[in-house]
Amino acid sequence: MPEFVMYEDAFRRIDEELRRLYQLSNAKLVFLVDKNGQLIASVGETRNIDTTALASLTAGNIAATGGIAKLLGQKEFSILFHEGERDNIHISLVANRVILVVVFDQRSSLGLVRLRVKRSSQVLEQVFQEMDRMKPEEKTTKELSPFADITDEDIEKLFG
Amino acid sequence: MSFINYSTREINCKIVYYGPGLCGKTTNLQYIYKKTAPEQKGKLISLATETERTLFFDFLPLALGDIKGFKVRFHLYTVPGQVFYAASRKLILKGVDGVVFVADSQIERMDANIESLEDLRINLAEYGYDLEMLPFTMQYNKRDLPNIVPVEEMNRVLNPNNVPYYEAVATVGKGVFETLKDIGKQILKELKKNY
Repeated sequence: MPEFVMYEDAFRRIDEELRRLYQLSNAKLVFLVDKNGQLIASVGETRNIDTTALASLTAGNIAATGGIAKLLGQKEFSILFHEGERDNIHISLVANRVILVVVFDQRSSLGLVRLRVKRSSQVLEQVFQEMDRMKPEEKTTKELSPFADITDEDIEKLFG
Repeated sequence: MSFINYSTREINCKIVYYGPGLCGKTTNLQYIYKKTAPEQKGKLISLATETERTLFFDFLPLALGDIKGFKVRFHLYTVPGQVFYAASRKLILKGVDGVVFVADSQIERMDANIESLEDLRINLAEYGYDLEMLPFTMQYNKRDLPNIVPVEEMNRVLNPNNVPYYEAVATVGKGVFETLKDIGKQILKELKKNY
């Protein structure tokens, strides 16, 4: 069972890039989800939005589209765009492992979003590549795993 | 695949409820949703047909509490049980940390249980997972109905590896939280082992 572990440094760089994208693309909301539907980070007007559900549905959307692509003999569709009456949503795959989502309205445009997403994707791709290259010993020295001294009793307690 | 975020101090795990059509997967989630405190849960999302059959998945995020300063969250998913939704069923299994198999205890549904369990094995294998290696819990649902298979027989047919099993009546909540607790504990113990 492989785990996806996000450390402080990578998270800070991802968050920074999402903030930049949010500002430069005049977006309402920018977020990053892993392909299994876990929200990694978000920036923008998230107060009235259930980002957890949004993350899960986005991943479902990408998974379904990927399924359609396969049936049509395509590797994948790397960009999805949904146009709404007020808000639009631009969804793209980064490094074939995470999903970058930009929600925007008439203050921005599809062209601008596409351009900025492309640039941010390159930065994010690099962060993920570096994460993959990190050696196990580098990972463990940064911080102790929360599971290192966890007892069965701690687990039992969690379930009341 | 659990997601451990040191920055936000969160541990996220994915649990999938699997089983044949109309066995009670969605009912499990609905009961959990109904009985948990508002601050513990997110929205219950159901992508269902007009007749309330699951079309793609149901989704319920649950926050359990803290372990060593990390918030523990479980994301519960169900798959669509009907045979012809095979493609979407497989998609939901991606990145799963633990599986609950909800079996329908009625005699006439035993074939459907066997078929669904086989489908689960095949779909997991396509992602490179082995059901024997994953945290796995059985739930024998609908124990309140008259025409049911005895538990020993269900174990013999569906549970040769003797994983934990719970008798349930999901509509009234019997066995629902017991099942959830069991799979949750198995997942955390597995994480502890590997990480």
